[in-house]
Amino acid sequence: MRVPALIACLALAAPSAFAATVQLGIEIPRMDVSEYHRPYVAVWIEREDRSVAANLAVWYQNKDGKDAQSGKSEPGTKWLADLRQWWRRSGREQTLPIDGVSGATRPAGQHQLTFSDDKAPLAGLAAGKYRLVVEAAREVGGHELVGIAFEWPPQAPQHLSAQGEHELGAIRFDLNP
Amino acid sequence: MKATMKWSAFALAACLPMLASAHKAFLVPSTTVLSEGSDAWVTFDAAASNDLFNFNHRPLPLDNLVVTGPDGAKLSPQNVARGELRSSFDLHLEKPGTYRVALANSGLFANYVDAKGEKKRWRGTAEKLGEIPADAKNVEIAQSDSSNVSFVTLGKPSDGVLKPMGNGLELVPVTHPNDLYAGEAAKFRFLLDGKPAKDLKVTVLAGGTRYRSRQDEMALTTDANGEFSITWPAPGMYWLNAALEAQKPTVAKAKERRLGYTATFEVLPQ
Repeated sequence: MRVPALIACLALAAPSAFAATVQLGIEIPRMDVSEYHRPYVAVWIEREDRSVAANLAVWYQNKDGKDAQSGKSEPGTKWLADLRQWWRRSGREQTLPIDGVSGATRPAGQHQLTFSDDKAPLAGLAAGKYRLVVEAAREVGGHELVGIAFEWPPQAPQHLSAQGEHELGAIRFDLNP
Repeated sequence: MKATMKWSAFALAACLPMLASAHKAFLVPSTTVLSEGSDAWVTFDAAASNDLFNFNHRPLPLDNLVVTGPDGAKLSPQNVARGELRSSFDLHLEKPGTYRVALANSGLFANYVDAKGEKKRWRGTAEKLGEIPADAKNVEIAQSDSSNVSFVTLGKPSDGVLKPMGNGLELVPVTHPNDLYAGEAAKFRFLLDGKPAKDLKVTVLAGGTRYRSRQDEMALTTDANGEFSITWPAPGMYWLNAALEAQKPTVAKAKERRLGYTATFEVLPQ
């Protein structure tokens, strides 16, 4: 009775024994503004030379919008360049949507993302020093970029965090070997 | 005689567009970095003004506007209009890459005294020099080549339109002109008829001059390779200008050649 339970436990624990995982928490703050649009958000890992090692997430309006006055449809990709650092470092080289990375904009609140090094986009990330970058740009609102430096792969569990000031709230970055 | 010479030199200077005037000629785009996958339009204003980039003097003529796409093909501007204070036009970007938008003015300017003893001015091209009467006296011809340039990029920047053409004074970006960010250095190279323009004085001014008490001009000089580097102090739209006077003309009958190059660059925040 006890032995199979132990085996089951080992089986469940097995993936984490081989794969490093990261949990990313992104807070989009609630805004008290007359005109609110959900922010565009890009999350990526950059090398020390600021080149992009991995795109983790891109949240944008992936359906066409309609201009209220002219009725003319306007693709949401139009505003991707407002994520100006991401656009410069990676976006302009990409064809949207990016499979497994891009998705719709998200509402104010806490958002959790989990990645593991046996799957894209972390698979193959070479050992070294990196920076996690979270960039947010909101229509008729502001722009903010928050970064967290880290080393990969993690040798021990690490709980890193940073605090945005206006367009982003708390950013939590937990690394587990 | 001396007084006449002085006067004619002054008159010549006065009618040279973009060079001698205190007004700054500019070609300013509504945006320079656009995302792909959208119905991308950029609108441009062209004016000569005292303030950058406000319109307070006169529109620039768009007769010699040349728009080159990333593939080298020429594009037609749309909704071309000439206002009292500025000219404007729209550009539909349909292919990814970098576009070059240029107002290129090349021509000859002459002052002479006709058979009746009246002072006359003439403006034209080398082919039309015959329009100056054969019996004209005190003929003074100056050659002028100037351009006013702007770059915009849809999607991934390309460098096809950055290649020099080998004529006149031109800027060859070493740093891509749509990849400029505050606090970072950008490098450019000036060429005169395809060869490095060394010791050339370059002036760079940030827009918004109306809202500050000093011009805050940045004065730069090109090195032996015609190169210079600038670290952008703040985000914004910048005006860059270089001019050369008393150069050897390429048109036989001209006495001297003047050259000018102006560009507008957008510097983005980090």
